[in-house]
Parts: sequence; structure tokens; C-alpha cells
Amino acid sequence: MLVTAILTGLVLGGTYALVAMGLTLQYGIARIMNLAFGDTIVTASFLAFALYSGAGINPVVGLAIAVPAGFAFGYVVYSLMMRPLVARAKDKASLEIDSILATFGLLFVIQGTLFVIFGANYTSYTYLNVPVTILGTNIAANRLLAFALAVLIGGGLYLALTRTRWGTALRAVGVSPAAASLVGIDVNRQARFAFALGSALAAAGGVAISMYQTFTAASGVVFTMKALIVVIMGGVGNVLGALSAGLILGLVETFVATYLDPGLTLAATYLIFLAILLWRPSGLFGRASR
Amino acid sequence: MTARDLAGWAAALATLAALALAPVYLDAYGLGLMIGIAGYVTLATAWALFSGPTRYVSLATVAFFGIGAYTVAVLSETLPYPLVLLVAALIGLVVALVVGLSTLRLAGVYFVIFTFGLAELIRQLVTWYEVNVTGTLGRYIFLDLGSEDIYWQLLALGATTILLAWWIGRSRIGLALRVIGDDEVVAAHCGIDIARVKLALFAASAVIITLVGAIQAPRWTYVEPAIVFNPTISFLTLIMALLGGANRLWGPLLGAVPLFLLFEWLSANFPNHYSIILGLLFIAIVFVLPKGIVAFAEKQWKGKSAEAAP
Amino acid sequence: MTALLELSGLTKRFGGLTAVDGVSFKIAEGEVVGLLGPNGSGKTTVLNMVSGLLPASQGKISLRGEPLTGLPANRIALKGVARTFQLVRILPSLSVVENVVAALAFGRRRLWGEAARQEAMKRLEQVGLAGRADETAEQLTYIDQKRMELARALAAEPELLLLDEWLAGLNPTELRIGIDLVGSLAERGVTVLLVEHVMDAVRALCGRCVVMNAGRTIADGATSDVLADREVVRAYLGADHA
Repeated sequence: MLVTAILTGLVLGGTYALVAMGLTLQYGIARIMNLAFGDTIVTASFLAFALYSGAGINPVVGLAIAVPAGFAFGYVVYSLMMRPLVARAKDKASLEIDSILATFGLLFVIQGTLFVIFGANYTSYTYLNVPVTILGTNIAANRLLAFALAVLIGGGLYLALTRTRWGTALRAVGVSPAAASLVGIDVNRQARFAFALGSALAAAGGVAISMYQTFTAASGVVFTMKALIVVIMGGVGNVLGALSAGLILGLVETFVATYLDPGLTLAATYLIFLAILLWRPSGLFGRASR
Repeated sequence: MTARDLAGWAAALATLAALALAPVYLDAYGLGLMIGIAGYVTLATAWALFSGPTRYVSLATVAFFGIGAYTVAVLSETLPYPLVLLVAALIGLVVALVVGLSTLRLAGVYFVIFTFGLAELIRQLVTWYEVNVTGTLGRYIFLDLGSEDIYWQLLALGATTILLAWWIGRSRIGLALRVIGDDEVVAAHCGIDIARVKLALFAASAVIITLVGAIQAPRWTYVEPAIVFNPTISFLTLIMALLGGANRLWGPLLGAVPLFLLFEWLSANFPNHYSIILGLLFIAIVFVLPKGIVAFAEKQWKGKSAEAAP
Repeated sequence: MTALLELSGLTKRFGGLTAVDGVSFKIAEGEVVGLLGPNGSGKTTVLNMVSGLLPASQGKISLRGEPLTGLPANRIALKGVARTFQLVRILPSLSVVENVVAALAFGRRRLWGEAARQEAMKRLEQVGLAGRADETAEQLTYIDQKRMELARALAAEPELLLLDEWLAGLNPTELRIGIDLVGSLAERGVTVLLVEHVMDAVRALCGRCVVMNAGRTIADGATSDVLADREVVRAYLGADHA
């Protein structure tokens, strides 16, 4: 049971880490607090569901459709909605408030659209639901696949962000937009790109989640919350922190669900959040960015 | 008191008296609308009491509203009604203090995030408790309260809230809030205990919101967590306060009345597309009228030279 | 002479950078002390720690023997410390008189209503802003904003007033008025610690100066002695001039 819990927790944590990385790109680099982030995730889950059950396209191929779609969606949302808010913001605080309000509206638009198309019921589909034996315990192949995808995408992006010139420019905007523009980085373009990339990661996470979990049109809020908690736990803008915190959250949730009660996972998540706020508001891994 | 002040008080009292007589000349449908309006005016004014001056966007309205409603559902048969309201207010106060003490010392965004998930957390906890401990999900409220009783209570609470907001605007704590809103460093150096002022305001606002939920609960008869913790209530409150202007005494009221009527019409005519339309409307308000209609009107009135206070 | 303010071993580190490194000095009641030093030497950081804007990394600050270290800015203000800021900080959406009332309503005096307004008007008169009380603070010129900021600090009737380059950027006439204003405070017994680059003002106002360089105190003594000190000249002008 313990090994199962650890494995399941790591799988869940891998997905959390992936989506939290997307949110930390949006908040840490583009400086947009996106409350509709979870709804982007759920939309991708529904897209994967529709592709699989409607057209028989398997979720891995669905990923190749959802990720570019997520990128395009983020790109459009930033250009149409966020850019004017960035332009009119007097300071960081007023941009934060404006972006919170605007994306709160967006949340209801996306959620409402999903309700109209897919209804309010819990949705899931069966894909690769065959047991695989690892370390003497059985785990569904779809979970392993989701984990592998998270490691592949998340790890690849982490390397790109830390090892390439392109990634350095992006991170520079996160550290100081003013200084970045002084060394010739187009801050607006980088912010738009970071936001779109964040959406693409949300879409990837959504497809991964849909392979092994049920979801509803109203799940967005909880996904946003979890991603936010992971981001804060890891330290805003800290990609490695988000990866580690995502794994921790996945493990904690699985342990609470296995040994206590599945109905208390959100409460456990919140308890962690409260502890972080009281004890280390700048995140578990230092680097206060505010 | 000047003649103008007197006239203002007289007009306010006359309006209140006319509103109190509404059950006499309105039919059941009309009274239902008035209850909804009174409820949302109170919610929006109470929301703006804290979130307007501090610019801490609270997304937890329905968390407190739901606490109030659910407390009534649980206790209505064991305690006398006034005591039930008191217990509800106390629970709201305690939750507000826990949330406030843990987040209000930090940057505003932590508060927003915390409140964003609070309603969902409480809903899941209540559901878990009902399913696992009491074994009943969903409760009936049998209270001997007519529509007009609920209406009068809400009207009294709404009037008290507006009075409180007016008093705060003229009091020391009101100045403290404006100073904090302008510059927290200066505020601290003037001797203002910023965290305490914010906490006091948040607690007051949360208790009022809890009471609105408690008073409205008997309207439902049947109550379950998914009904009373419906996030649309947070959303509507926010959009009303913003449309009217969260920094003006009458702003939330001026936002709540037309929007409530619009929502009624929308939910009757476009039940499926309701939240999409709301979302779009909300985004439009954030873009076009970020400070609300009252500030916008003031600005037009004074001309472009004198920009209204943020 | 009893020490009103006493700093001992005061240190501030920002990550790897030590901005203030073991600074110790005392200020007696009624003294006007200049805190001098080149840019980046840590003067403003010292003021920020005294007023509670920044927590000290190490060391102690006490006012009349009572520790201030670790207290938040609002508690320190209530103990009788007021300040102005290097980059003037106003409350832009409030009126000029309300800017001053802010210090009266929540400070040690807890004045409110008409009493607070009258007191605030008196302070505005003192700094030459009597006629502008009901304008929005945002509309004032930079110099008038500085005046208003001083009126706000004075309204608190502080025992210790911290002035952070309050005289910088004034023209010669304004400077004269400014020096007289600070001088009159000193005559009334207010203890002043001022960070200043305008040497005429320092000579006119300060009996004593503390000089900092790279986070440490390099001189502490009578103003004329300190300004003639070789090390002080070197810190300001470079080795060639010493």
C-alpha cells in the first residue's frame, strides 16, 4: 500500500509540477495573476476527451493538438486582454488587481462555455487502463504515461529555460523587466511568450490529467488553487521550486486520500498553504521575489 | 448639523420608510425581487467596506454567505432564531480572523488567492462532515418566517451597513484606510497599525456577509452545500461593487440594483448562457469602468482636470 | 547629558552585501547631529532602521534606554520618532491638511476633528503652506511637498526627528528658509538626526557630525573637526585630495 501511495503520489505530483510550472511562467515572468488558469487545464481535458471519444484520436496525439492550441489561446488572451491592462497599470499592484479581476471574468466565460457544450457531469474516458507491475505493485499504464509526459515536457522546458540564451532572456524579464529592457530584451514580447507558454503547459497538464482522473466543467477553481499553492510553495518565479513543490503536493494528497479520507485532500492542500503563509511566505526554497 | 445635512437625513429616513412599506403594495414576485435587491445591496456594500479602500479583492463572499446560511440550516430547530443569527455571526467572525491573521500581513495577492479557494474548501469540508459524520447531505429549514420578515431583516441590515460605511468614511479609521490606500510606509510612520485596521474592516465586512446568508437561508427551505456555497454569489457581489464603484458610499448600491434586475432577466431568458454573459460583462466593466460609474460620473462632472481618487 | 538615541553595533545585510556594518553612536537630548558620508555609505539605511522601515540584522537601537529594535514602524512612531523621506512621500489623494492630520490622528497626540484641523493648520503655517490646506497633495510642487512632509513630521511633536536629505534640491532662498526652520526646531529642544549633502546647512545647523563610509563610521565629533579630518576628505574626494 505504501509503495502504491508513493507511486500514485509521484504521478499526481508530476502533473501538478507541470501545470505549476506554467502558472509560475505566467505570474513570475508575465506578471499576470491568472485565475482562469485551472479552466485552461479543464478545457484541455475536455478537448482530449472529445478527441478520444468523438474521433478516436488517442490522447498522446491529442496532446499534439492541445498544446499548440493552448499556446495560441494564451497568445490571444495576452494580446487582447492583458496587454491593455499592462499598458494602463501604474505599478505592479494595480496590474495584479486588474489581472485578477479580468481573469476572474474569463473564468466564468470559459466555465460557462464548457457547461453549455459538455454539461455539468463528471467526465472521464478509458485509455490504457491496464495494470503494469512496478516494484511489486500494480499501477495503471495511463498514469505512467502521464508521468512520463510530465517529466519529458517539464524537464525539457526546465533545461531550455536554464541552459539556453532564449531561456535566460525569458528569466531576465522575470527578475527585472526594467533591467531586461535596458539590455535589449523586448519585454512585451517575452511576457506574451511566457504567458502563451504557460497556457501551453496548462493544456499539456489538462490532457495528462484527463487520462487518469475524472473532471467537470467546475473543476477549474480547484486546479487553479492547487497550481497557485504549488507556485507559492516553490517560490514565485522559481521553476525548480515549482517542480519540487508539485511533487510534494502530489505525495501529500495521495497519502491523505489513502490513509485518511479522499474527501479531505483539498483541506490538506489548504493546510499546507496556511503553514507556508505563516512560516515561509517567500516559499520553501528561499528566493523571496517580492 | 447644517440644513443640507438635515435634508439628507430626512430624505434617507423617508426612503427607508417607503422601502419598509414595500410588502404592503408589492405582490409576492415583487417582494421576492426586493429581497434579492436588499440582499445584494448589503453584500456589495459590505464587500466594498473592506475591499474598496484596501484594494484587497476578496473572492470569499460566498464562503461567509454560505457559513451563515448553513449555520441556520443546522441550528434552526435547536436554538431560538436570534441566537442562531448570533452563532452564525460568531462563526463568520472566527473564520474571518483566521483568514485575516494569516494573510493580511502579506502582499495582497496572497489574500486574494486564499479567499479564492476558501468557499470551495469550506464546501468540501461541510460535505465531508455531513456525509461521514451526520450521514445527511442536505437539510430542511422550517422556520416560521414569511417573505416580509426576511425582507425587513435584510432592509435593516442593509441600512445599518450603509450607515456603518458612512460613519467609517468620516471617522479616524476611515482616514487610516485612505492613508493606507495611498502609501503603507507613510501610514506605518504615522503610527497606524496597518494589519489591525485591515483585520478589523475585514472582520466587520465578513460578519455582515455571514448575516445576509443567515437571513436569506429560510427562503430556500431545502439547503445543501452546493446551493449555499455557489461561487456565482461572490462573482455577482464583486461585479456589482465594481460597477458602482467600491470607493464611494452609494457606489455598491447603484451597481447592485440595475445589475440584479439584469441578472434576473438573464437567468430567466438565457439560463444556459448566463455565466458566459456575466463573464463578458464583468471583463467589460474592468476595462471600461475600472473605478465604477460613480467615479466616472464625478470625473465627467468636474471635467478632465480633476481626476477622481483611486 | 542623557542619551536620547543610542545605536550599538547596528548592522544591516542585504543578502551578501553589508550596507551598515557595526555602527555605534549616541545622540544627546536637544542635539542636532549630521550623518554624513558619500552616496551608498549606508546613511539612509541607518535612518530606515531607526524609524522601523527596515529591521536590523544585528545590533541595538534604543530611545531613552528603551529598545526600538524589532518594533514595527507604527510602534516606533508612537514612541516619538518622526521622519521625512529621501524621495518625498506624500499621500497623493488626500488634501494637504489631511496629510498633516494623518500624523495627528494616529500618533501620540490622537487629535481628531476640529482640534486636529486647527493643529494641522498651525503646522502648515509654520512651513509656509497656510494658504494651500485644501488643495490635493498631488498638485503641490516638489518643494511644497517637502514642506508638507516636514509639517507632517512636526505635527507628531517628535522627540527625535529624522531628516533624510530634506534640504536637497532647494534654491538658495529656500535653503535659507529651510535652515532657519530646522534651526528653530532645535531651539525648541527637538533632537534632530539629519542626513545631508548640503555642507552650508550642516555647518549652520549641526554641532556634531557622524561620518560614514562603506557602512562603517569613520569619524564622530564636532562638525569643524570632522570636516577637516583627512579620512573624511579622502572618503568624499578620493585619495589625491587628502
